[in-house]
Amino acid sequence: MTNKHFALKFLREEVLPTAFCPGCGNGIVINCFLKALEETGSRDLSNFAFVSGIGCAAWCVSPYFRSDSLHTTHGRPIAFASGLKLARPELNVVVISGDGDLVGIGGNHLIHAARRNIDLFVICINNLNYGMTGGQVGPTTLHGVTTTTTPYGNPEYPFDLVRLVESAGANFVARWTTVHVRQLIRSIKKALKKEGFRFIEVVSQCPTAFGRRIGKPTGIDLMKWFQKQSIHINQAQNVKETEDKIIVGEFADRDRPGFISNIYKIIRLVRENNDKN
Amino acid sequence: MINKQDKQVLSGTHFWQGDIACAEGAIAAGCRFFAGYPITPASEITEHMAKRLPEVGGIYVQMEDEIASISAVIGASWGGLKAMTATSGPGFSLMQENIGYACMTETPCVIVDIQRVGPSTGQATKAAQGDVMQARWGTHGDHEVIVLSPNSPQEMFDLTIRAFNLSELYRVPVIILADEIIGHMWEKVHVPPPEKIEIYNRKKPSSFSEPVFGGVGETEIPPMPRIGDGYNLLITGSTHDKYGYRKTVDPEVHRKLVTRIVNKIRKNAEKIIDVEIQNIENADIGIVSFGCTSRSVYDAIELAGREGITVGHVRLRTIWPFPEKIVRKLAEKVNFILVPEMNLGQLVYEVERVAGCEAHVKAISKIGGGEMITPEEILSEIKRFLRRRAV
Ligand SMILES: Cc1ncc(C[n+]2csc(CCOP(=O)(O)OP(=O)(O)O)c2C)c(N)n1
Ligand code: SF4
Repeated sequence: MTNKHFALKFLREEVLPTAFCPGCGNGIVINCFLKALEETGSRDLSNFAFVSGIGCAAWCVSPYFRSDSLHTTHGRPIAFASGLKLARPELNVVVISGDGDLVGIGGNHLIHAARRNIDLFVICINNLNYGMTGGQVGPTTLHGVTTTTTPYGNPEYPFDLVRLVESAGANFVARWTTVHVRQLIRSIKKALKKEGFRFIEVVSQCPTAFGRRIGKPTGIDLMKWFQKQSIHINQAQNVKETEDKIIVGEFADRDRPGFISNIYKIIRLVRENNDKN
Repeated sequence: MINKQDKQVLSGTHFWQGDIACAEGAIAAGCRFFAGYPITPASEITEHMAKRLPEVGGIYVQMEDEIASISAVIGASWGGLKAMTATSGPGFSLMQENIGYACMTETPCVIVDIQRVGPSTGQATKAAQGDVMQARWGTHGDHEVIVLSPNSPQEMFDLTIRAFNLSELYRVPVIILADEIIGHMWEKVHVPPPEKIEIYNRKKPSSFSEPVFGGVGETEIPPMPRIGDGYNLLITGSTHDKYGYRKTVDPEVHRKLVTRIVNKIRKNAEKIIDVEIQNIENADIGIVSFGCTSRSVYDAIELAGREGITVGHVRLRTIWPFPEKIVRKLAEKVNFILVPEMNLGQLVYEVERVAGCEAHVKAISKIGGGEMITPEEILSEIKRFLRRRAV
C-alpha cells in the first residue's frame, strides 16, 4: 500500500484533480494551508468553516476542502464570514479568495473587517489580475502592465495590500509569494493561533490569464520572477517604488482584543444588568 | 421582576411606532442576529435592535453598507440564527444580488424595506410605494420570494413574526414591504403571551447523508443544518446538485433546482397568501390595495357606503405570491377595479393581468412629498367610474 499524500485527508478526493490550470499557484496555497494544519496537529477540518467569493482562488475551498464551505457572491466573502463568525464564535472561520474579489469589488469589506478586528483569518491569493474572467486589469496589477483591458499598458497604480490592511487595524498581517512556502506555512501557523483579524497576502502565479501576456507564460517563469523581485521587509528600507519589488515578511503582529470578545463582553454586561434590575 | 422570557416577548399592550413593533416582532419570533446600515425611515428598527438584541443574548452589528448587511445576515443564518436586516429603497437596491443568493441557497432571512420616495435618493423622508416590483424582481434570474405588506404598527409586529415563520418553513428570503407612513406611525400594539405566539423553526436533517439542497418533492422543503455541525456543507449560489456540488453547465441540474425553488413557493401559494376582504359578494365596484394606502380605502368605503355604494375591497397582506384567485373572484363580481398606490403604476399591472377581460382596471396614482391618496380622491374615482357605467 502506498502512503497517501498528507493533504488528502483534508480534501474531497471525489472532486480531484482540481480544475486549476497547469502551473497555477492556487495548489501551492492549498498545500501550505493544509501543511500548517498538519504541523499543528489537525487531523480534519471539523473546527473550521471556509468562506470564499467568486474567482479561481475562491475554488480552493469550494469544493475541494472536506469541510463546511460557503461559496458566496463576488467580493462579499468577508461580510458573509463576519455574520457566520458572530453566529458561531467557536468556529475558526477562514476566508480564502482572490485579490479582485477581496480588494477590488470587496475592498470596503476588507478594510472594515480589519478596522473592526473581527476574528477572521483571510488569505488573499494575489495573482495580480482577474484570472477567472480572462486576465483583466485589477487593483493589484502593476503600473504599465499589459492586460486584456489595458492593451496599451496599465495607467493605474496597484494597492499595497499589507500596508492597507495593517493601517486599517488588523492584528496580524503578512505577505509572501508562492516561492516562500516555508515562511508562508510559518505565518499561517502563527495566524491560526491569534484572535482578531489576520491577513496574509500570497503573491501567486496565473500563467494562463496573466503570465502569457507579460512574456512569462509558465508558472515557473512567474515564480522565478517573484523570487527575483522579492525582498524581505528587514532589508527593504531603501527600496524605491519604481523597482516593483515584492516586499515580503510579517508587517503587523498585535494583540488587540478581537471584535468577538468585545461584542460578547457587551452582551454579558447587558444581561447581568438586566438580571440585577 | 423581569425574567428572560419576559424580555423576549413583551406581552401586553403598548403604544409603539411601526418600526419598533417590527423590531419587537422579530425578537418575539426568535430573531437573534441583525446586521444593518442606517437609512431613513428604517433607522428606528436598527436602533431598537441595537438596544434590544443584547438583552436577549442576540447579536447586533452595524455593517459598512447594505451589501455587507445582507451578506452577514445570510452568513449568520447558516450559523443557525434567525437573522434580519432593515433598510429603505437605496439600501434595498444594494441588497438585490445577495437576495438572489439567499433564494438560490435557500437561506431563511427577513429583509424589511420601509419604502420611501425614489428613484435614487428621491425624497428620503417621505413615504412611497414604489418598490413593489423591485421586491418581486429586484434580483436577476428566475426566483420566487415572499413579500408581506403591513398596514399598521400591530401588523408590523404580527407580520414580522409571520415573515420569520414563512422564511424558516420555506427556506426563502421574506421581504416586509412597509412604507414610511406605517414605519413611523404610532398606534396601539397588542403583544400576546409567548404561548399564544406560533413559532416555526427550520427542519434539521435526520442524518449526515440527507441531501439539503433537494431530494424532496416539488412542494416540499429540504432540511437545513447549520455550519459547524459536521455536515461538510457545500453552499454555493452557483447551480448545484442536491448535495451542493457546483454543476455550472448541466441544463438538467439547473432546471431541476430552479424549478423546485420556484415551485416550492408557487405551489404552496394558497397556504402563504393572506388577504383582508370586505364586501366582495355584493360589490358595485372593487378596490385592490396594500400598505398605508389601504387605510384611506377603509375611509373611502365608508364614505361610499353613506351614498349607497358598496365597495368590494381586497387588501393584500401578501403581495407576492400575488393572490390571483381572490382578485379574479373580485373581477368576476364587479365591472371596475381601482388600484390606488403611491407610485405611477406597479401593482395595477398584476391586477390587470389577473382580471383579464372580466373587469376594467384602473390605477389611482400619486407620488411625491409622501402625500397619501385621500379617501376623497378614491371616492371621486369610484363615482366617476360608476357614472361611466350608468351612461
Ligand atoms: C458582481 C459580479 N461582477 C463580476 C463578476 C465576474 N467575475 C467573476 S470572477 C471575477 C474575477 C475574480 O478575480 P480574482 O478575485 O482576482 O480571482 P482569480 O480568478 O484571479 O483567482 C469576476 C470579475 C461576478 N461574478 N460578479
Ligand atoms: S486562470 Fe489563472 S488563476 Fe485561474 S486557474 Fe488558471 S492559472 Fe489559476
